[in-house]
Amino acid sequence: MKVRAFEHGLLLALAVVLLSIASVSSAEEKAGWKNGTSLAATQEKSCVRDTAFMRRNHMEVIKHARIDTVRKGVRGVDGSLSECIVCHVNKDDKGVPIPVNQEGQFCAGCHQYVGVSLDCYQCHATVPTH
Amino acid sequence: MNNTQDTNQKRRQFLLKGAAVTAAAVAPGVMLHTAVVAKPLGEAVTDAVRWGMLIDAAKCADGCDSCVQACNDENGLDLLQKPQGQAEDLWDQQIPKWIRNVKVKDNLSGHVTNLPMMCQHCEEPPCVDVCPTTASFRRADGIVMVDRHLCIGCRYCMMACPYKARSFVHDVVEHKLTRAPRGKGCVESCNFCVHRLDDGQTTTACQDACAKEGHDAITFGDLNDPHSEVSQALKEQSSTQIRADLKLNTGVRYRGV
Ligand code: HEC
Ligand code: HEC
Ligand code: HEC
Repeated sequence: MKVRAFEHGLLLALAVVLLSIASVSSAEEKAGWKNGTSLAATQEKSCVRDTAFMRRNHMEVIKHARIDTVRKGVRGVDGSLSECIVCHVNKDDKGVPIPVNQEGQFCAGCHQYVGVSLDCYQCHATVPTH
Repeated sequence: MNNTQDTNQKRRQFLLKGAAVTAAAVAPGVMLHTAVVAKPLGEAVTDAVRWGMLIDAAKCADGCDSCVQACNDENGLDLLQKPQGQAEDLWDQQIPKWIRNVKVKDNLSGHVTNLPMMCQHCEEPPCVDVCPTTASFRRADGIVMVDRHLCIGCRYCMMACPYKARSFVHDVVEHKLTRAPRGKGCVESCNFCVHRLDDGQTTTACQDACAKEGHDAITFGDLNDPHSEVSQALKEQSSTQIRADLKLNTGVRYRGV
């Protein structure tokens, strides 16, 4: 009996590992959000931090930038929201920028997928302007 | 983030400044001073600078509103649209204004004075006192402003301000500028074109516009620097604080009122 239970446990663990691998790879193109949909990806620039770090921590990076800029007057910081938009906005066929919060766009596509809704764009521009 | 921290920072910088003055005095007869310092982009503002303004009402021309126009343009206020169906006069009262054109008439003599009225950037700002969320705050360099990420739209500050300098955004904002985000439900007011100052510029949009019209009624600069244009102008001739009785030590001073 004891050996059986151990075997079951092993199988279960294996299944969990396999499942999570599968879901990571399918996350790349689910819900219209694909890695590499942003204009930034087509340019030879890198993000303000490692891509993997940004994927998990961009909200913290932006929050720090927000406090530094608004409360302390530090501009041109790495986590600047307007800079995110400059790099990550896409343009349509006529070269007109598409708002980053539009369905399927770099920011919105992933946020839709993970179920996050931002209130930032009530105030902040969604395309680069002056 | 909170007031305590801002104040502690101020104290530290005060101590630092004391040290710097001592060091400068070591070389006798040598005056070390820098003209208007353009702050490096990546550094936090300090209380080494206190931004301030002198407005000469005698030079402020009747019928001219170029400072107001320039302010609206710089800070995206001209992009705001009247909510559908709202009456003109209500919109006129509610439309966010950072500069108000105030006309004062002396009933006895009939003399009319024009003056632009905006946030006076008090050293002891009543709006900051009453703010329940620390959204209203005074930056180390003396600029009083609203951190709209923290503003809950309670409007206590609007009631507390003796200068009627604050506005409330009543409706959804359709057209936005990157440099001037704003949205429904927050209070805002003049911030001395903070984005320009942080970028190393040393003028405000209203000042530039007034100079361009040839009126030169607005002088802006660092009150802590005795050699700045604004400090020199304040030293030379008398000026007043509006509602000086409140002892708020305003950063905006007037002449000819
Ligand atoms: C009620 C309006 C409002 C909302 C909502 C809002 N902001 Fe802001 N934000 C502002 C204002 C005003 C500034 C100051 C802009 C300046 O001085 O340049 C600002 C500045 C910033 C800055 C620094 C400037 C820049 O572009 O880097 C960041 C970062 C920022 N906000 C992030 C956010 C994020 C993230 C959200 C959503 C979670 C958000 N904001 C929501 C009004 C708002
Ligand atoms: C200098 C241009 C640039 C700026 C500024 C920039 N990014 Fe990036 N970002 C990139 C590039 C390039 C990549 C990697 C390619 C890709 O996935 O699009 C990337 C990747 C990312 C990723 C990971 C995407 C994934 O594959 O999982 C996130 C999330 C992200 N950026 C968010 C932000 C945010 C938020 C900001 C603003 C604080 C920002 N970026 C600013 C260029 C930029
Ligand atoms: C790889 C997916 C992904 C991409 C791409 C992405 N985000 Fe996010 N974002 C998230 C997730 C997940 C959260 C929620 C994290 C949490 O709740 O802790 C989030 C949260 C945020 C928040 C905080 C929201 C809040 O109200 O606290 C901000 C701000 C934000 N993202 C901005 C951006 C911007 C701007 C871009 C585009 C430049 C972007 N994100 C691109 C996944 C992404």
